Amino acid sequence: MSRRSLLWAFVLLLAAWQGLAWIVGAGVLPLRARTDILPGPLAVFPVFFAQFPRDLGGHFVVSLWRVVASMMLSVALAVPAGLAMGQSQTLNRFFSPLLYLTHPVPKVVFVPVVVLFFGVGDLAKIVVITLILFFQILVLVRDAAANLRPELIQSVRSLGAGRRALFFFVYLPASLPAVLTALRLSVGTAVAVLYVAELYATQKGLGYYIFLQGSTFFNYPAMYAGIVAMALLGLGLYFAVDWLERRLCPWEFAT
Amino acid sequence: MIEVRSLTFAYPNGPTLFQDFNWSAKAGEAWAILGSSGCGKSTLLYLLAGLRQPTVGQVIIAGQVITRPRPLTGLILQDFGLLPWATCEQNVSLGLRIYDFYGPDGRHTPPDYRPADKRAITEHWLARLGLSPVRHHYPAQLSGGQRQRAAIARTLALNPDVLLMDEPFASLDAPTRDSLQNLTWELRAEQRLTTLIVTHSIEEAAFLGQKILLLGREIETIENPGAGASDYRGSAAYQDTCHLLRARLARQRAAPLSSPPAWQRHPHAAPGEVAGGRG
Repeated sequence: MSRRSLLWAFVLLLAAWQGLAWIVGAGVLPLRARTDILPGPLAVFPVFFAQFPRDLGGHFVVSLWRVVASMMLSVALAVPAGLAMGQSQTLNRFFSPLLYLTHPVPKVVFVPVVVLFFGVGDLAKIVVITLILFFQILVLVRDAAANLRPELIQSVRSLGAGRRALFFFVYLPASLPAVLTALRLSVGTAVAVLYVAELYATQKGLGYYIFLQGSTFFNYPAMYAGIVAMALLGLGLYFAVDWLERRLCPWEFAT
Repeated sequence: MIEVRSLTFAYPNGPTLFQDFNWSAKAGEAWAILGSSGCGKSTLLYLLAGLRQPTVGQVIIAGQVITRPRPLTGLILQDFGLLPWATCEQNVSLGLRIYDFYGPDGRHTPPDYRPADKRAITEHWLARLGLSPVRHHYPAQLSGGQRQRAAIARTLALNPDVLLMDEPFASLDAPTRDSLQNLTWELRAEQRLTTLIVTHSIEEAAFLGQKILLLGREIETIENPGAGASDYRGSAAYQDTCHLLRARLARQRAAPLSSPPAWQRHPHAAPGEVAGGRG
């Protein structure tokens, strides 16, 4: 995809949004709601830029920190576990059924439980997102380690590599694309769950901001500014992972 | 140089591939190991490389019983041996970097190991094998011949005295295969290597094996002293060796399946004469 086509898609989406906003605002639709529930980008973006240096920016930073901390924590936990499972058939035989049963369970339902255990602070939110990312990374890293060709391992061993060198020269770099793919696939879910988690018992974060502006103040332009910030958070993280993948795994893109 | 003493090997729940097998190779000899698939020829190479351990018996190289990969034994496999995420140059320097990683510990590195100029050595081997122009390419961007040359460069950069090769050229087209066989022979002389090449190709065994170990129901050694000479492929001796090898392989295949392996028929045969195989 070229930057140009991405830009066009962005403009098209904004135009569709604005068009829809005009239709809803004109009150011609048979909706049983207020006509100001969909301000267009022309109304929302000024609010966004006005609010961002004030409180919206603060909420954005809090949310960003929660996701990034979860990403780092889940990588730190899932990569060693995935490598261990990928290398050891015994471990894999033991843990795979557990993984099979727990992986498809929607982790978002644990939000109330995690809040009970970890309280109302950042930690609860980080734990919930980590739960999601952990399984995704674990599965992909395990498969990457398990699918390494035995010929590759043997020939590196024949160069003198023992366990430690195999880990640094083979298993770690082999798991890198899997980690980044897992992050790229799950960053959207992570932000979605962050939103849900921030509806609970907190006064910081974009989820709280969106809920507060919409349901308490009925300040719809500000609510949409919060939604835009949340979208930018997801998009930005996606782009960041994509960029990291190109930087750290150039062989995946070499032609 | 290499000595296999009353070696027995079986995979767990698998057939016994070797039973009381004895064999030895002198320093500087060029051996080819020939046999049909399943006869245990790759397994023998892995045993010599220290990547598998005999059920009974010993493999001794340069006076040392092999219980783990020996730093001075090089191993080249058919394919998939290069790190896909490392450039040609990084792959060639891999062994040197692994040596540096451990330092002179005598286990992962040779006993007299001194940290060397990795750059110069890598440079030398890239140039010697004609890989300098593709040094920044990843393995997926290299041709099959270039990949095998990178694997050879990586192994020789560690200055081995024994070179083990498992079907190294099997996936290459004929002209590339011939030129790499010639190159292998040149490098063998340059580096004073003891070489062992496992192959299912009669022509490859006849060109690269001064001595050819035929594995199967009967284990035998065929002398082929002219091997490796640049014009050997056109000679009558080469043709004779190929005919002989073909006849022996056909005879092994034709042997009735009920006939037990040689070691079962001659349990007290002299060392070196017999060993088990599935033919």
